[in-house]
Amino acid sequence: MTRPTAERLRSRDRIAKAGLYVVLFGGLAFVVGPFVWMLLSSFKSEGEIRANPPTWWPNDATLANYGNLFDRLDFPTYFTNSAVVAVVTTVGNLLFCSAAGYALAKIPFAGKKLLFGIVLGTLMVPSIVTIVPLFVLSSNLGLVNTLAGLILPYLAQAFGVFLMRQFILSIPNDLLEAARIDAASELRIFWQIVLPLCKPALATLGILTFLSSWNNFLWPLVAATGEETYTLPVALALYAIGQNRTEYDLLLPGAVVIVLPVIIVFLLLQRHFVRGIATTGLK
Amino acid sequence: MPEVRDRTVPSDPATDSVAEPGPRPPARARRTTGALTGWGFALPFTVLFLLFTAGPVVASLVMSVTDLRSADLLDPFGVNVVGIDNYVKLFSDEKFLTAAGNTAVFVVVGVPLTMALSLLVALGLNSGLVRFRTLFRVGYYLPVVTSIVAISVVWRFVLQPDTGLANEILGFFGIEGPNWLNNETLALPTLIVMGAWRNLGFGMVIFLAGLQAIPKDLYEAATIDGAKRFSQFRYLTLPMLRPTMLFVAVITTIGYVQFFEEPFVMTQGGPLDSTLSMAYATYNQFGFGNYGYASAMGYVLFVVVVLLSIVWFKLLRNNVDD
Repeated sequence: MTRPTAERLRSRDRIAKAGLYVVLFGGLAFVVGPFVWMLLSSFKSEGEIRANPPTWWPNDATLANYGNLFDRLDFPTYFTNSAVVAVVTTVGNLLFCSAAGYALAKIPFAGKKLLFGIVLGTLMVPSIVTIVPLFVLSSNLGLVNTLAGLILPYLAQAFGVFLMRQFILSIPNDLLEAARIDAASELRIFWQIVLPLCKPALATLGILTFLSSWNNFLWPLVAATGEETYTLPVALALYAIGQNRTEYDLLLPGAVVIVLPVIIVFLLLQRHFVRGIATTGLK
Repeated sequence: MPEVRDRTVPSDPATDSVAEPGPRPPARARRTTGALTGWGFALPFTVLFLLFTAGPVVASLVMSVTDLRSADLLDPFGVNVVGIDNYVKLFSDEKFLTAAGNTAVFVVVGVPLTMALSLLVALGLNSGLVRFRTLFRVGYYLPVVTSIVAISVVWRFVLQPDTGLANEILGFFGIEGPNWLNNETLALPTLIVMGAWRNLGFGMVIFLAGLQAIPKDLYEAATIDGAKRFSQFRYLTLPMLRPTMLFVAVITTIGYVQFFEEPFVMTQGGPLDSTLSMAYATYNQFGFGNYGYASAMGYVLFVVVVLLSIVWFKLLRNNVDD
């Protein structure tokens, strides 16, 4: 290979590389841009939000819009509701799904195949399919417009059991048998051997459940019939469509309050996230 | 498996080999304990799951062949079984047909668009010359983890005709941007682009994992054989990515068939039903109190999800030689 060719190759590589960066950064700006504009605009005065042409950077930043969340809406309540529902749903799924996953993976019992079959069968069911019977059931049980009514339908989800079962299957039987010979009870084996080994799967399941609960919309929209049980997305959506003139001085800080905690958690845990999603995805 | 049940020896080979001399309960007792502990662990999940997930799936099917309305909840005897009437009615219901058409466009255009974009980004990030990988990965993934309601609010803000960022940027290039969400022909395509924007990060992560699982020596061998970059992509990367593609396609399709939040917050299904989706139409029927009819709509949606998944399996499984 002669020198000039190698040099030309290298400069061609450099151009390709530069082009790639331009495309990737352009895409990144397209994806992240709306979030940045949302955050910046939430600090603008009402007049500036409506300014034509729009501004990028706030002229004089103000926190007044965030005050609106307390004055004109009951955001602390919605926030608490969202947090309670998401935390309880997550803890419940971690507990129930890992226990059931352990039974399905490692303990022979009658009806096991049937149970797992039913779990698999419901994995693909769209949430809108069960809305009507769930609502009828909830109103019969007196659960409509209660936080329990928002939590119970999501406390034991098929995906969680599927994930935990698949993971627990990979734990060697010898380990459990050794403990059984030492006369450890099944509960102790589960609590002291299985669960600690499941940490990566529990982390993935916890993150995914928390997120889907925090962002869940359809069921809370149906089941939270009064303001006192609204979650953040329900409050924001109903406010967004309820007004004749869209009040972005309220909607933007509202959106920030929903999105920001998730973004912070995501940035802190992004390694687990990406790994967890990639592994659950490919299994 | 009756065979297992008739055996006097426990079926678990691991226990057979170890606990020989020591005292040990007879097989029948052990099996009963096994069943007890098994159900002990599975019961809390099973009860909740049957009551709130599996039960409603069946109940919905039953309701879909009745004329159940919200008023009937107080008087269950007023409910009649109407057979497949609800399903027949669906096919002459113009709102539903419009919704089905819109959903079809959303899925048929949106899924390939989303997959192509996520594959492009994944290929870019996997090409080996990229720094800031974490930045890109986190940035592109951001919309996936955020609330679709919040995102819809933000996009409505960005897409405002006079005061929005989108038209401001277009204006910079001398293009006068339209009123995106109030335009009958543009509203649905706008939501499709927004869907791709939101979901490309998910596909990207899965494709990246799939790309990294392809053995490097295959590429070395291909290079030695003189395969150009494009042929490597066409005859090596793409076939090796088939299982990954199948997964992304199925998950994306399941999500897109159900699309609801975006039109609910951004357009309320309008203008002139141009963004009314099947899930939205179902929700509306539920809101009108037509529970039987809404259940039938929901079931049609379910069947569509299953059928499309089968289509993807056929398309992407077919020519795999392994």
